[in-house]
Amino acid sequence: MIPAAFEYHVPTSIAEATALLTRLGDDAKVVSGGQSLIPLMKLRLATPRHLVDINRIPGLAYIRQADGVLQIGALARESDLEDSDLIGTRYPILADTSRVIADPLVRNLATVCGNLAHADPANDHPATMLALGAEVVAAGPNGERRIPVRSLFTGPFTTTLAPDEIIVEIRVPAPPARSGGAYLKLERKVGDFATAAVAAQLTLGPDGACQRAGIGLTNVGATPIEAGRAERFLAGKRPDDAVIRQAAELAAEESQPTSDLRGPAEYKRDLVRVLAARAIRRALERAGGGR
Amino acid sequence: MRVEVTINRERYASDVEPRLLLVHLIRDVLRLTGTHIGCDTTHCGACTVLLDGRPVKSCTVFAVQAHGRELMTVEGLEQDGNLHPVQEGFMQEHGLQCGYCTPGMLMTSYAFLRKAKDPTEDEIRLAISGNLCRCTGYVNIVKAIQHAAARLRQGGT
Repeated sequence: MIPAAFEYHVPTSIAEATALLTRLGDDAKVVSGGQSLIPLMKLRLATPRHLVDINRIPGLAYIRQADGVLQIGALARESDLEDSDLIGTRYPILADTSRVIADPLVRNLATVCGNLAHADPANDHPATMLALGAEVVAAGPNGERRIPVRSLFTGPFTTTLAPDEIIVEIRVPAPPARSGGAYLKLERKVGDFATAAVAAQLTLGPDGACQRAGIGLTNVGATPIEAGRAERFLAGKRPDDAVIRQAAELAAEESQPTSDLRGPAEYKRDLVRVLAARAIRRALERAGGGR
Repeated sequence: MRVEVTINRERYASDVEPRLLLVHLIRDVLRLTGTHIGCDTTHCGACTVLLDGRPVKSCTVFAVQAHGRELMTVEGLEQDGNLHPVQEGFMQEHGLQCGYCTPGMLMTSYAFLRKAKDPTEDEIRLAISGNLCRCTGYVNIVKAIQHAAARLRQGGT
């Protein structure tokens, strides 16, 4: 499969990249890992006339925590999350997520920021970033601005990013003590997108009640879904079995699945219910110090 | 556009269209045909090569993106007439049937065993989960990688 012809641009700074995007307009696409974009180009579902490859811009391949914020740079690969001790020990929900994205070879190139920018409702990181209350830093011709992930997605493959903006960093507020999260996904076979998946991130107070809950849903709507009713229901409550079951029911109600080759909508909604309860339970175990 | 790459420690230079995929540069332009094209849709892993030491699917990278980078293909495994332990493992344990997926399997296994010295069966199965084989059912492939791991622990290269 041969993609349509395009012009290839290799900027060496963010300023150069955004200036290129401003000049080239809608005909340009940014490529970082390329593991979603290049298959689309081979199928000619995408035929950009210009590719702006940001891989030669130095200093963007970081995963670090500073000033109480986890910062993931635009060229951090999914496999970098898997290999990171910081992610493994402090952000198990992100380790869960990167491990179930596509397959190990794809993850060696695929980037976390690209996973968000591509805005496929089937992508996995949007749900975990919603659960974590993350924001992205978008660089454009007039400098940088921050966008909460919850207001990033407007529809399938569409975001509030301007055509000449690039996500240069994801920022996750470091969870306080007694926090835990988990991401659970059902896929038909290795490398497939989720039939459904649920991200849960909880913080417990000294009394064992839920201080904060974040719940994100994957591939059960036109965009990644933040299950706000389930989150608000959990807040302030001690998460016993009945409370977990009720929160999972609410998350299932908030999902908007459609029937397709992965299953009928009713099945997917029930899957959200089951996965949500399991994700909340695992998040609780981890908040209590378990793995 | 000019693309200069190092493959298996040899320098190659070519003028290519930006839309040329890396796997086509390797096979059709540079005539290193050990790397296979399987599904062409980023699923099967037959086209796996190492890009700066990491296994990637070369049907999903543009050749121009590899400019100035270092590649390793299946032709780079054997040294001075001696099979690499992963190649020997696949031969000894019959880790192949039709052999089509084998170049990709070998490259993924080679990179994996540089990090994992004494992997469990589960770790091996996860490591090769992006490489599909439709003949052997993976049992002998796992044995082949275990064989190679043991050889490497004994000081193979």
